[in-house]
Amino acid sequence: MGILQKLHALPAWIRWPLYALIGIFLLTVVQSISGTDRLTQVSTSREMLRWAVPIFLAGLGGLFSERAGVVNIGLEGMLILGMWFGAWGSIEYGAWWGLVIGMAGGGLGGLLHAIATVTFQVDHIISGVAINILAPAIARYLSDEIWASPTTSPRTSSVGDLDVPFIAGGSIFGWESPDVLLEIGKAEWWFVSDVADLARGLLRGTHWVAIIAVLLVPATTWLIWRTRFGLRLRIAGENPAAGEAQGINIVRYKYVAVIISGALAGLGGAFISTELSGLFQGGNSAGRGFIGLAALIFGNWRPGGVLAGALLFGYVFGLDLKDLDGTASHALLLVNTVVLGAVLVWALKRRRTTDAVLAGILGSAAFVWWLSADAVPSWWSNILPYVLVLLVLVFFSQRLRAPAKLGEPYRKGS
Amino acid sequence: MMRRLLLASAAPVGAFALTLVISSITLWAFGSNPFSAYGDMLSHAAKLETQVDILNRATPLYLSAVAAAIGFRMNLFNIGVEGQYLFAFLIAAQVGSMLALPQLLHIPLIMITAMAVGGAYAGIAGILKVTRGVNEVISTIMLNAIAISGVIAWLQQRWQADQAQFTSTTLGTNPIDESGLFPHINGLLEIFTRDIAQGKELTGLLLVAIAVGLGYHFLLTRMRFGFDLRASGLNPFAARAGGIPPKRMVVAAMFLSGAIAGLIGMVELADTAKFPPDPIKGLGFAGIAVALLGRNNPFAMVLSALLFAFLDISAGILQNTEAATKEIVNIMQGIVLLAAVIAYGVSKRVQEREEARFTAEALAETEPSGVTS
Repeated sequence: MGILQKLHALPAWIRWPLYALIGIFLLTVVQSISGTDRLTQVSTSREMLRWAVPIFLAGLGGLFSERAGVVNIGLEGMLILGMWFGAWGSIEYGAWWGLVIGMAGGGLGGLLHAIATVTFQVDHIISGVAINILAPAIARYLSDEIWASPTTSPRTSSVGDLDVPFIAGGSIFGWESPDVLLEIGKAEWWFVSDVADLARGLLRGTHWVAIIAVLLVPATTWLIWRTRFGLRLRIAGENPAAGEAQGINIVRYKYVAVIISGALAGLGGAFISTELSGLFQGGNSAGRGFIGLAALIFGNWRPGGVLAGALLFGYVFGLDLKDLDGTASHALLLVNTVVLGAVLVWALKRRRTTDAVLAGILGSAAFVWWLSADAVPSWWSNILPYVLVLLVLVFFSQRLRAPAKLGEPYRKGS
Repeated sequence: MMRRLLLASAAPVGAFALTLVISSITLWAFGSNPFSAYGDMLSHAAKLETQVDILNRATPLYLSAVAAAIGFRMNLFNIGVEGQYLFAFLIAAQVGSMLALPQLLHIPLIMITAMAVGGAYAGIAGILKVTRGVNEVISTIMLNAIAISGVIAWLQQRWQADQAQFTSTTLGTNPIDESGLFPHINGLLEIFTRDIAQGKELTGLLLVAIAVGLGYHFLLTRMRFGFDLRASGLNPFAARAGGIPPKRMVVAAMFLSGAIAGLIGMVELADTAKFPPDPIKGLGFAGIAVALLGRNNPFAMVLSALLFAFLDISAGILQNTEAATKEIVNIMQGIVLLAAVIAYGVSKRVQEREEARFTAEALAETEPSGVTS
């Protein structure tokens, strides 16, 4: 039994933190060699979380829809609807209502997608493309009508954030608790302080929506794999004809799933406008609906996997934002080298020649680049997240399992 | 036959009617008079100069639609037309500016460069699909982002025309010599109309777009490759059993789609003579909409390209007369698209039901004779 199998045998609550620690260890080692300290700074993990939350929410939305067999590339459009409606609700009725109304806006997009794909059996991609074209137009029009500017809104209010007490110095009833992670981070112990810094970025000034998002992982797992509702939802995606034979109203489950999908993407959008930017701004979605879809595929259509994918993509996005001189992205090249080296070893063991050759070439290229330069140009750090998505798909697409009837039109009684 | 034609046209007409209803309600709800808005749009479009504008916009939209349609015909979703055309536009503009050739060589060379770049960039997605199983929807979306926010931004900076002062007129790549610019065809239009005023120029690429449309039509109806393309889209398993290599078809279709996408930017290039700092964006996504609205049909896509171009150009007049918020035209584009794809779904179902009934009737008629024999 190899190490990988042993790792897989561990329970999830040990396995995932262990993976995270291995990842941080790699970052620390690379950082020591490369001479940058940005890879494990407090601000880096804070930015990572800020980017990851909407990506994760969109990806989780995709999970609901795709588990029920409906491909949803309209997530980007639903996220944009959520951005607009969230901002509008926040301005009109207050911060929490903003989130709710943002979800409703995204859910409306989901309803549209469900009507087109489930009732009228329009091709799922085509309907998604149509929604992605319609949604920004709606947002622009409504902005122009209500705020007299097609691209920006007035300031919105935010539901705020939380400093976790005792660990990250949050206060309880006015009493300021100790900031343990700050002290450990200051001590500059190799690796330990790096872990503390990254953890502090996640636990201090944590947006309430981020906390809700993380709680959605176990909630979704329970809902989809442990309840009757979830079982039926999955039947709609795996074998609708069998579900129908058991008397399940497949159409209704698909509708509910796609509307939830839109609502989650809408929450992600509302988070962007009300919590991150503090206003609605056209184009601020930055394609995070699409990236969410990539996180969904990366996560093999599982909530924990989607979160991992969102954090990974969020890390690269967040790092890019803080990396003005390109040294941190340069250090990432070495991380790429190591990871691709690991893929190479794994592929050789499995006798997957193409994978091995590909990993070898890409890994050496990253290494040579790392050796020959001190910093990478800004355009490279801009495209790195998207390159990462492509790379992940290149190596893992064939190992993933999508719901069996994903994207196939379902017609009752056939 | 007549019935089928009626049924086929009922869907888009119904979709358009629904669009008018919804957008009228929207306009009315926000305190604008829909009829004065439509009136302004129509009277504006009745002017010859506006029609030139519409044709100039419809040309790249149509090219973009054909590019998307080539993929759609075999169930390949090339969402990356946007990145492909901008990338091709930039490279072709740069290559064109470095050459000094006679017109008959210069123009084709620039266009071939654009097609090669667009095709190659789209081809990446095709190759990733057949060799690594990467879904082309995601990969083309990522390639869009890589091209637009990364590679183009970088090359734009590198190839910035080397003038000392950065003003809006000097920004962009070095200008191309007159010999590399596709000539306008005002003369051709003026045979039928009065002289075009306001210095408007009808793009010569209109002829290229017509040729591309006809080529697409003949490809689908008269050529082996077009047949293979449609067969692979209709039934990939049957196509494979019939000896059509599926992997090669995917890569070829993506390449062709990207090559046509490469031509989109040529319309703007003929006008600006360089890759401007802020080129027209969004034509790739709009082209997808035009293709879907026109059901990938070379002739129906002409109408939908003209409709989208008319709506695009109408935004300006709405802003001038303040009859309505100009974004209404984008909403109309989105609604007409969504309504049309739904209407097509319905009409396909009606058609299938009719065929089933027809077959059942025909069988019922022949059955007695079968029993007696």
